[in-house]
Amino acid sequence: MNINRNIAISDTGFVFDPSSGDSYSLNPVGTEIIQLLKKQKTIEEIQVEIVSKYEVDDVQLEKDIIDFILTLEQYNLIENNE
Amino acid sequence: MEKLIYERPLIKKLVTGMPNKFGMKTVNEPISHIENISVKELLEKYGSPLYVISEKTIRKVFKTAKRAFETRYPKVQFAWSYKTNYLNSVCNVYHQEGSWAEVVSGFEYDKAIGNGVDGNHILFNGPDKSEADLTKAIKNGSYIHIDNFDELYTIVKLVDEIKEKPKLAIRVNMDTGIFPQWDRFGFNYENGEAWKALNQILMNEKLELVGLHCHIGTYIMKTDAYAVAASKLAELAVRIKNKFNKNIKYIDLGGGFASKNTLKGAYLPASDTVPSFDEYAEAISNALLTSELEPQHMPTLILETGRALIDDSAYLLGTVQAIKRLADGRRSMIIDVGVNLLFTAFWYEHTITPAQPFSQYTEDTVIYGPLCMNIDVIRENINFPLLKKGDNFVINRIGAYNMTQWLQFITLRPNIVMIDLEGKVHIVRERETNENITNSERLPMHLQKK
Ligand SMILES: Cc1ncc(COP(=O)(O)O)c(C=O)c1O
Repeated sequence: MNINRNIAISDTGFVFDPSSGDSYSLNPVGTEIIQLLKKQKTIEEIQVEIVSKYEVDDVQLEKDIIDFILTLEQYNLIENNE
Repeated sequence: MEKLIYERPLIKKLVTGMPNKFGMKTVNEPISHIENISVKELLEKYGSPLYVISEKTIRKVFKTAKRAFETRYPKVQFAWSYKTNYLNSVCNVYHQEGSWAEVVSGFEYDKAIGNGVDGNHILFNGPDKSEADLTKAIKNGSYIHIDNFDELYTIVKLVDEIKEKPKLAIRVNMDTGIFPQWDRFGFNYENGEAWKALNQILMNEKLELVGLHCHIGTYIMKTDAYAVAASKLAELAVRIKNKFNKNIKYIDLGGGFASKNTLKGAYLPASDTVPSFDEYAEAISNALLTSELEPQHMPTLILETGRALIDDSAYLLGTVQAIKRLADGRRSMIIDVGVNLLFTAFWYEHTITPAQPFSQYTEDTVIYGPLCMNIDVIRENINFPLLKKGDNFVINRIGAYNMTQWLQFITLRPNIVMIDLEGKVHIVRERETNENITNSERLPMHLQKK
């Protein structure tokens, strides 16, 4: 699973997809996750990273990450090559 | 290192220049406390969901309304509209403030008597009065507001048996320039039916006409409509005086003032568009004071205001059950408050506010109640902060009609508490139990398990 290579992500939570011309806004947790995905981190690594930083339990986070990735897929921001 | 506050990851497509049907973000600050009492603690102690009533707000709003009218008109009497909220604790706050009772059934009538209201401080409205109800009302000296000719003839018949003079008014319906015109209750003004009924009462020595009543509708945003209604009732009073040399005691304009809840589909929030008590009072007083009524015999102005008095005084607190995504990608939030407890969700876009801090990020959300029924929608489209399972919220302005029109449907009704003037919390209606519901059921022998 990879974030589309040519997508631009700013630190302030702004995403631009040059292939479609669409732009998106993210909240802080969303920004972190998408940046970690871009660095090719696995879901497990992302979970560890977020749990260490934020007040959230594993179960809640896992649910939210799965849902978030589904949304990214819907927006065609992710290439799922599995 | 202290951990950061977590909020679920969110990505939102930016659409420029497109109006968003989910609207602008509606809430800015969490409601963590109600009158200095923590929402979380209330829910922990009394269970979720929970109705919370503020005695302080009831009294404050009542005083505001009363002042608006009493500073403009010499004689004013409020009568608490029982159907709006007939919890005894609520009714008694209004009675302590000087309100009479306005009832529309034998059940409500008995409730008012049970609350210690004098018979001659009860207004009996509506088309649902049995002969037993009418007999009781006549004997107690209550004011009977007649709805139709059948009721009038029933009263004439009963009076021959009871040998007491009933105190009567008629309900008048009329064109006040608003749509829809409510013509199913009472006698019509324009077609002369009201005048005909009044003549029949006034020509019968065994009956006493004391007042004129109307209730032109509910959630009436136009103060002009009240001015028209007041003028038409004043005109009838003047005709009564001219023909029968009789001064009626009161003109009752019913209820119907809008509360500050926004109606579904309204373009602007109600808090920006709904008239104040002062504006309603100005229109009504002006119409009565400039009518042909004799200044030395001005009738008492009675008001049966319901929703505008009580809506702001109650809250419904609850808990998020689940967050999920719908097939079309929209977010849905399931809460433990359904239309069974929040009947007014069918009419209003209720304001729902998280009880814990939240960020400025929001998502287009559909809010569903917990009932396994398609009708159970609390908000169809709302731009809402990112809550998670277990988070709490507060729905404010729910005092009118919810605690009477609620449904015992699928689940049981929760506790209702009242915060008194000292900040003490009282349970004023206990949560229901299975026994409350099943005790009145009877199982035929052949269906019982052996
Ligand atoms: C006769 C009568 N009076 C008063 C009321 C209270 O109306 P509202 O809550 O609109 O003020 C009603 C409500 O339907 C009513 O039928």
